[in-house]
Amino acid sequence: MRFTLNGRPVDTTAHPMARLLDVVREEFGLTGTKEGCGEGECGACTVLLDGAPVNACLVPVAHAAGHDVVTIEGVPNAETLRETFVEHGGTQCGICTPGLIVAASVIPQGATEHDVREALAGNLCRCTGYQGIYRAIAAAHARSAARAEPGRRE
Amino acid sequence: MPAVGTSLARTDGPSKVTGQARYVADMVVPGTLFARTIRSSIPRGRITGVRFELDDGFTVVTAADVPGHNRVALIADDQPCLADGRVEHAEEPIALLAHADRLALARAVVHVAYAPEPACLDPRDSAEMFKRIEIAKGSLEQGFAAADLIVEGEYRTGHQEQLYIEPHGVIATPEDGGITVAGSLQCPYYVHKALCVLLGLPPHRVRVVQTETGGGFGGKEDYPSIIAGHAALLAWKARQPVAVLYDRQEDMAATTKRHPAVIRHRTGLTRDGRLVAMDIDVLLDGGAYTTLSPVVLSRACLHATGAYRCDHVRIRGRVAKTNTPPNGAFRGFGAPQALFAAEVHMDRAAEALGLDPVALRERNLLRPGDTTATGQVLMDDCSAGAVLAEAVHRTDFRARREALRGTSRGIGLALFFHGAGFTGSGETMLASRASLELTPTGVRVLASSTEIGQGTRTALAQIVAEATALDPSAVEVAAADTAIVPDSGPTVASRTCMVVGNILRRCGETLRRRLGSLTPEQYLRRHGPLVVSEQYERPAGLEWDDVTYRGSAYGCYGYGCDVAEVEVDPDTGAVRVIALTAVIDVGRAINPGLVRGQIEGGSAQGVGYAVLEDVVMREGRMANAQLTNYAIPTTLDTPAMDVVLLEHPYAHGPYGAKGVGEIPINGPAPAIVNAIRTTGLDLRDIPATPERVLEASCASR
Repeated sequence: MRFTLNGRPVDTTAHPMARLLDVVREEFGLTGTKEGCGEGECGACTVLLDGAPVNACLVPVAHAAGHDVVTIEGVPNAETLRETFVEHGGTQCGICTPGLIVAASVIPQGATEHDVREALAGNLCRCTGYQGIYRAIAAAHARSAARAEPGRRE
Repeated sequence: MPAVGTSLARTDGPSKVTGQARYVADMVVPGTLFARTIRSSIPRGRITGVRFELDDGFTVVTAADVPGHNRVALIADDQPCLADGRVEHAEEPIALLAHADRLALARAVVHVAYAPEPACLDPRDSAEMFKRIEIAKGSLEQGFAAADLIVEGEYRTGHQEQLYIEPHGVIATPEDGGITVAGSLQCPYYVHKALCVLLGLPPHRVRVVQTETGGGFGGKEDYPSIIAGHAALLAWKARQPVAVLYDRQEDMAATTKRHPAVIRHRTGLTRDGRLVAMDIDVLLDGGAYTTLSPVVLSRACLHATGAYRCDHVRIRGRVAKTNTPPNGAFRGFGAPQALFAAEVHMDRAAEALGLDPVALRERNLLRPGDTTATGQVLMDDCSAGAVLAEAVHRTDFRARREALRGTSRGIGLALFFHGAGFTGSGETMLASRASLELTPTGVRVLASSTEIGQGTRTALAQIVAEATALDPSAVEVAAADTAIVPDSGPTVASRTCMVVGNILRRCGETLRRRLGSLTPEQYLRRHGPLVVSEQYERPAGLEWDDVTYRGSAYGCYGYGCDVAEVEVDPDTGAVRVIALTAVIDVGRAINPGLVRGQIEGGSAQGVGYAVLEDVVMREGRMANAQLTNYAIPTTLDTPAMDVVLLEHPYAHGPYGAKGVGEIPINGPAPAIVNAIRTTGLDLRDIPATPERVLEASCASR
């Protein structure tokens, strides 16, 4: 089975029903994707499948065949989010953080806090109470907007 | 810029946001065997036989393979690492298997035969107590004689699962006639001690290394000693590295939880609202073995009065044995149960007197110079009045309460406190040590305090930077590895920043004097290596008697006041927590951003404790050991939060800092239940699930 992993074509001989989570972690050594529950509740294993966040613990690798998979190690345009997660208390123990950054990376600019809450409702964090995560995403969006509009300041 | 008081970015942030931080499950090397634990399916009985149906390549360990003493060394000597002939709770470990192939491991069949015995599953039915405590002050008889009114009530709280997002895991590797265990844990030296006892090895043959840890909240205080023991036994026998990695279901079913409690209050008050007598009975469910229960009970009893003064007090506590998985440490450690009861009772007392809940609290709250139930005289940092005043002012509490009257919304408040550091003489007995080592570019912190998300590495570096006058970036923090760092005590009890931080502050001041005008590099070149070590010193006047429970129970107390606004759906009974204000006195915020994170996260766990998190026990087993049906707060369940830090410095904390890790979880449950109360529902049990809310609603009609 072939698929695209972080922009590069890859080939796997894994069992078609192997969890995408295990394939990226064990076969491709991308351990940034975490397992928190194994039943699609916690979101620590969130990856992008054709640009949409999914729980890699629920996706058989066969579903990824011919598609585009992105993990925390390859998530595009996340530099600002990474910075603001550190600056605004969006990460504490860090185990949910890769999944949250992957999920946050597809939240559109201009999203309200309510939109952000809905978008992240599948990602559990036990440390932060989510408040630092909202601050981080708002700050990242403000920073990106300021970059897009030279002269405007945060 | 001063290092202390600045919201420096956490030093481990970059590795965490890129996915590069390596947790234990990310460290399994080729050649590592995987493990499976065979557990009891009954709550109590004799094991009459164990039969294995195994293919080749298995390593099997039972109690007979333990080279040392088959006990989990902690407080008492009652818990076997592997059941030997009998089980005292469901999920008790009986045998261990290891194999290179996880599928083979899953397919292995092990039959355990039992002769079941009657089990005690309710602490109220138990005849066996792990510990009893009685605290007495003044004369109850005299107090009640002066009372115009007596208010009584019983309050109950359930189990709560820590639910760190990274499940338990360790890897044991046999090395040089000894063993090295690396894993997700809070207290390397607890594990070290337990392994020496279990394996019969001298201390220098055992090494424990903390890996990046994905949350602990107390759940990784004592249980890692068991799981490390299991991994070590397998690795010892297999002569190969063995990884024990729990999945979520096993983690929830088998590991420790917050102690359920039944707490009774009988309180005498004068008509104008003065507390004149408090008679309090605390019963905790300890589960099947002692674990940390005596100390949890101690903390529950020492917080049972709430942050109030009263001349006539009796607190009686006991922690009962039941045939359920042992309960253990969870952020708050007995105080959340006690303060839930105290604060809901306080609102009921205010109702009974026809007083406003703020006025009743103002009348009785602890002030500098007051004495607690154990006779501890409170110092100038006692800030109960300040946190209450700020919370009431900031939320416009009285007006808001009036505005919501008669609606399905309510606003409620809880005043609380938390003793920081080990209880009683605990810190003196721990005699924690920490060191600073001069490096060519600065200093290195040597302490066994672990980073579990709370910001230990960053905050300790800031304290050391302040004390040495070095830049925070010149302060490294060594890994929590027993081969490298001294025993600074466990990372528990809101003690890391306050107690270990203060030891490091003293190291830093000594090191700064030794350096004089030299740079670290110049010093090393001229004088050679420099390591400065200090040990905990008990502050003068801090006396405690473990037998009579008299004296200073804690070095200091943090104080807090939470205000919660809720909406109750009258049809479904669902409670939505809309807003939470938390005003907390932290002494001095070493890193305000990290402190805020502790308060927000602890408060969210408190919201879960109040309305969502319901451990369902059936026949002594957790029936909902899955994230699908044990719900913790998601983004949609967590309210908007307003966090206010007050700073009433503690004279013996580094730069005035008080412990802050636990206090935020003490407030949300009573504040939320008091808010629900104003909508006309008399709830005295948590979690306030829709079922309980509807029951209360039917009862009040």
